[in-house]
Amino acid sequence: MASSDVPPKLFAAQEPIFPKRVSGKFRNLKWIIMIVTLGIYYVTPWIRWDRGPNLPDQAVLVDIAGRRFFFFWIEIWPHEFYFVAGLLIMAGLGLFLFTSALGRVWCGYTCPQTVWTDLFYTVERWIEGDRNARLRLWEAKWDFRKWRLRVTKWIVWLMIALATGGAWVFYFADAPTLLLDLVTGQAAFVAYGTIAFLTVATFIFGGFLREQVCIYMCPWPRIQSAMMDEHSITVAYRDWRGEDRGKGKNREGLGDCIDCNACVNVCPVGIDIRDGQQMECITCALCIDACDEIMDRTGRERGLIDYLALTDEANERAGNPKVSTRRHILRPRTLIYTFLWSLVGVGLVVALFIRPDIDITVAAVRNPQFVTLSDGSIRNTYDVRIRNMGGGNATFHIGVTSDAAFDVSLEGTDGLTVDVPADATQLQRVYVIAPPDSPAADGERTDLRIWVEEGSENTRAHQDTAFFGRGL
Amino acid sequence: MTDQKETNLLPDDPETTGHSWDGIQEFNNPLPRWWLWCFYISIVWGVIYTIAYPAWPMISGATPGLLGYSSRALVAEDIAHYDALNADLRTQITEVELTAVTRDNMPELYNFAIQGGAATFATWCSQCHGRGANGVQAAGYPSLLDDDWLWGGSVEEIEATIAHGIRTEDDPDTHWSEMTAFEGFLSDEEIGQVVNYVRRISDQEADATLAAAGENVFLDNCAACHGDDAMGDRVLGAPNLTDRIWLFGGSAAAIEEIVRNSRFGVMPAWSGRLSDAEVRATAIYVHSLGGGE
Repeated sequence: MASSDVPPKLFAAQEPIFPKRVSGKFRNLKWIIMIVTLGIYYVTPWIRWDRGPNLPDQAVLVDIAGRRFFFFWIEIWPHEFYFVAGLLIMAGLGLFLFTSALGRVWCGYTCPQTVWTDLFYTVERWIEGDRNARLRLWEAKWDFRKWRLRVTKWIVWLMIALATGGAWVFYFADAPTLLLDLVTGQAAFVAYGTIAFLTVATFIFGGFLREQVCIYMCPWPRIQSAMMDEHSITVAYRDWRGEDRGKGKNREGLGDCIDCNACVNVCPVGIDIRDGQQMECITCALCIDACDEIMDRTGRERGLIDYLALTDEANERAGNPKVSTRRHILRPRTLIYTFLWSLVGVGLVVALFIRPDIDITVAAVRNPQFVTLSDGSIRNTYDVRIRNMGGGNATFHIGVTSDAAFDVSLEGTDGLTVDVPADATQLQRVYVIAPPDSPAADGERTDLRIWVEEGSENTRAHQDTAFFGRGL
Repeated sequence: MTDQKETNLLPDDPETTGHSWDGIQEFNNPLPRWWLWCFYISIVWGVIYTIAYPAWPMISGATPGLLGYSSRALVAEDIAHYDALNADLRTQITEVELTAVTRDNMPELYNFAIQGGAATFATWCSQCHGRGANGVQAAGYPSLLDDDWLWGGSVEEIEATIAHGIRTEDDPDTHWSEMTAFEGFLSDEEIGQVVNYVRRISDQEADATLAAAGENVFLDNCAACHGDDAMGDRVLGAPNLTDRIWLFGGSAAAIEEIVRNSRFGVMPAWSGRLSDAEVRATAIYVHSLGGGE
């Protein structure tokens, strides 16, 4: 309870955080993940992939103007957007799975905000020194040395930010060409605008806002709390082992915690993990590394700070042995998530392999439903969109199958074949004509199937539609 | 710094604002100060924005803003931009033979004509001919989808019809013909006979005796325009009477009404209102709808 009559402040200044360098197995894991994720991000647009003369040779390319998405040997057309939807569902289920099993593991290791902030902290440490040096610099006057260090740091940050924004646009155009255009000032305004925006955003988010993004801006931690349960793994302090904490050689009545503040000093979000679970904690596990090092040095058992589930506290307080992490993770909930995740994944892979190289969409022209011709025959019109998703130019044969007899003809050409260039779509008007007074001409509705066949490869696609007669 | 934080965040003793309502207390979780700054910045931004851009509603429009931004001007700019891009195609379409513009022959020009023609058609033609170009059956608005043409269905003939219209008084090149109203010229009996004859030759139910008698009435009075075989004459715009397509309906009553009083429609000439390029594109579009010859 606030004891004074002065009303509490409604706004708090951001408290500066100076995380100390730490080493250990989780720190190493984070280094590896940082190198892999940043490597993927910066290098991917430069990978080449030969698709023949008609298609771009960039392995991963989001071609918005051409409405294609290229991913190595996979080419996604706009009508196949369900693949993207499937990937998003997998991403969602994957986050459910990892959150229910491992808590905020995404936040701690792979979130771009975490990875770039970590990178920016690394730069800061190189230029300004470790925790104590940075603390002193923070409090120092703005003399020449402070300006020199700060400006150097900001320039390096800006260069990283520029590379970040720059890498992003390469996913949307041929990377070597775009780079040349960017350098010679000939690229589109949107490219420069995107780079500028992402550069500024990276610089501010990674350099200054940092943990504020996680605490105040990101919706994901709020959603996560609904998905964690008492078996989810989080970073926690074994206070039943550590308390009462205390410094000094005389350990009478004291626990294992020597109150060295190593865990607090390394924390990138500025909390004390010994206070229990906190909203700010992104479970980066750096405090585990820091504490383990101290425990090793003082000859105590590791794991005073450890990956623990909520149930472990009651369990271990009662004197029971530690429950293995694997037993926490393997439980019906996570198994169901895994099953669903795999189900969608297998479905997508199967869909990817069975999809043909050609595809059609039939839009029956229903204004009017039918046209009466001079001799009394009845004509229906269909707009058939043929997509040639194979690598080369192709000739397609159009046909109709139905129980009733129909004549078929095509707009603008005498035969029943259509040439479609490689990687292109062709709209073809197809006329289906029922002879005068035939059952289809006089009837209400006759089912029919429109086929498209490519001779050389013997690939075909079809769509079912209906023929409307006069309905006598 | 750290010490203070520790005491604040002890689970048993969270800092509260000191407010208490019926025993319900409020944790003290102050917003970050940069949040407040963002709020101030957005206020400043809002003020600057309303000065720079059109914003405040006045009696005869909004304040124009210092930057002179106008979404209408941008649209006009866009239209001018694409007009300039299409200038070559527009010139080309007025110069080429219309019959040469096919998908295989000149794909780009063909596509331009189909897209542009469709837009022109939707704007100017669909009021009578319908959005689907099917006209209004049996009500005098012809379908442009079928293979029956009063004034010809080749792309050039369609272009001539669009450009000069039908029975447009102030266009010397318009299609012009009027069917005689036979009320008074023919007796009621003769009218009955010729109606039955027309029903018979178009494969509809008819009285055989009357129809047989009607043949001579037809040859004497109607064949001059519709032809001895009643197949019509496109020079005169006389319809084919033997087919299944009836502009004003094929029932006995409908045919009798036409014989007695005559009926015909009108269509405006578009050459003055639409550019040559638009007329020609529309001709190509209409020709592509299924009835083109």
